[in-house]
Amino acid sequence: MVQAAKTAATREALGPTLVRLAREGLDVVAVDADLGVSTTAAGFGKEFPDRFITVGVAEQNLVGVAAGLAAAGKIAFASSFAVFLPGHCFDQVRMAIAQPGLNVKLVASHGGVVTGEDGASAQAIEDLSLMLSLPTFRVIVPADVVETAQAIEAAARNYGPFYIRTGRPKVPVIYDDSYRFELGKAHLLRPGSDVTVTAIGVMVHVALAAAELLAGEGIDCRVLNMASLRPLDEEAVLAAAAETGAIVTVEDHYVHGGLGSLVSQTVAKAQPVPMAFVGTERFGTSGKWDELLRHFDLTPERIAREVRGVIARKSG
Amino acid sequence: MPSTEAPTTHDLQATARRVRRDIIRMTAAAQSGHPAGSLSCTDLLVAVYFGGILRHDPANPFWPERDRFVFSKGHATPAYYAVLAEAGYFPTDELLTFRTLGSRLQGHTVMGNPPGVEMSAGALGMGLSFSLGLALAARMDRAPHRVYCMLSDGDCNEGQTWEAAMASAHHRVDNLTAIVDYNHIQNDGFSDYTRYSGDGDRDRVGGWVLDSGYTVKGAHPGAGRGGPQGAGRLMVRAKGLDSSLRSE
Repeated sequence: MVQAAKTAATREALGPTLVRLAREGLDVVAVDADLGVSTTAAGFGKEFPDRFITVGVAEQNLVGVAAGLAAAGKIAFASSFAVFLPGHCFDQVRMAIAQPGLNVKLVASHGGVVTGEDGASAQAIEDLSLMLSLPTFRVIVPADVVETAQAIEAAARNYGPFYIRTGRPKVPVIYDDSYRFELGKAHLLRPGSDVTVTAIGVMVHVALAAAELLAGEGIDCRVLNMASLRPLDEEAVLAAAAETGAIVTVEDHYVHGGLGSLVSQTVAKAQPVPMAFVGTERFGTSGKWDELLRHFDLTPERIAREVRGVIARKSG
Repeated sequence: MPSTEAPTTHDLQATARRVRRDIIRMTAAAQSGHPAGSLSCTDLLVAVYFGGILRHDPANPFWPERDRFVFSKGHATPAYYAVLAEAGYFPTDELLTFRTLGSRLQGHTVMGNPPGVEMSAGALGMGLSFSLGLALAARMDRAPHRVYCMLSDGDCNEGQTWEAAMASAHHRVDNLTAIVDYNHIQNDGFSDYTRYSGDGDRDRVGGWVLDSGYTVKGAHPGAGRGGPQGAGRLMVRAKGLDSSLRSE
């Protein structure tokens, strides 16, 4: 089920998956705001030109048009970069999609500092916090291109608002075709009993590398891919707290309002254990995506350090 | 099926008077709300709903072939709710629950509450984009219904309205009519951030056909179902309309 060596960008899943779903008979339509090549939604437009709508550089209109299409019965996908969607049109997302609970799927690429060379303005470190503040949205951060395709399909097949965050760089492909993404389920990538490391997106493969590193020190590390942030697999989180006694969360996102906040809230109300939070704490800068992970201390070594810390704080 | 009986101008004026009375009663009972922006769009709403423009069926609010009416000036709910009640979407008794706990009639519109409300609004500038989405979906489905969107001049201060106007022209949408209630009054007083010539120029807004001076008679050609190929219609309620209406 788990493979390595192959790389792909998670954003590459959008166009091909929409084409497949449309061929399977789903009434999907796509709206894009002048970034269709980057988001890969333009690939869908090539195959289904009548169902692909471009609105120019106008994200507020992008959201309103998608909401209107959904109100007319379409499964409406809207795509852009995460700094623009929801960053440039948060009120439109709140009013036109979230409050009425319309069937719109936002697929936002270029999440996190791994966006790279474009620098701070293009690196969304706050999108998950914004989207999780809207009660009707389901929020998914897939770990690789295989999981992204399946998350897009799950969004298309489940009524209501979805936010799916994808990334710009080519990153290791973790899953093979036998993998099945389940909405609201964490995926156990590595069993372990001493500590749990849970991660999202590009940080999942970094968490796996940390677990490998810790195994060399005799630390048995459970690794959970928490792609489905909402609904969150509270059962898996509480089992991790009960069975491993300590949790480290890892995300390429501001440490407030994302994975760490969700997991700590879940743990605090039922099964408090020592926790540590790996994420970004300031706006980004230009650089290559892997250089930036090191620059912002989002590395296997950092995760290992945090793991040792929470294990030391375990009582008994 | 919707009624096709054409009311007289006299009937429409009587309906508009009842709606205006409801607006005053509702906002007085609630001790809050937006009476001015409601009164200013009353004639337009009455013309659209009762003047033979909108094809709709209050007994069947989700009739798939209905024309869609999107009310973007979501603060002017007293007028909108009063018109919907008058049309038979819900009992007029309910109007006095406006803005109270447990009522379907929130201060600003909520989609589907009551049935007939096509979009949630209250943050200005969002209606024309939503309407464009509805219009594009109708075109994809080869459905014959039209989409009407009523905007305030405050709506037209918002950049999103112009994003939607440009995209509508780009996509040559001809099943969409925007109606601007150009009353020159905004929250902080009389203002004119949005400028129309009001003299009926064509293409004043790129790619749109402009009609102005729309009256409660509901017989203005801009309301027609046909119209030039590949252009939306923009109807503007010109200043001074009320006096010309009363003189009829």
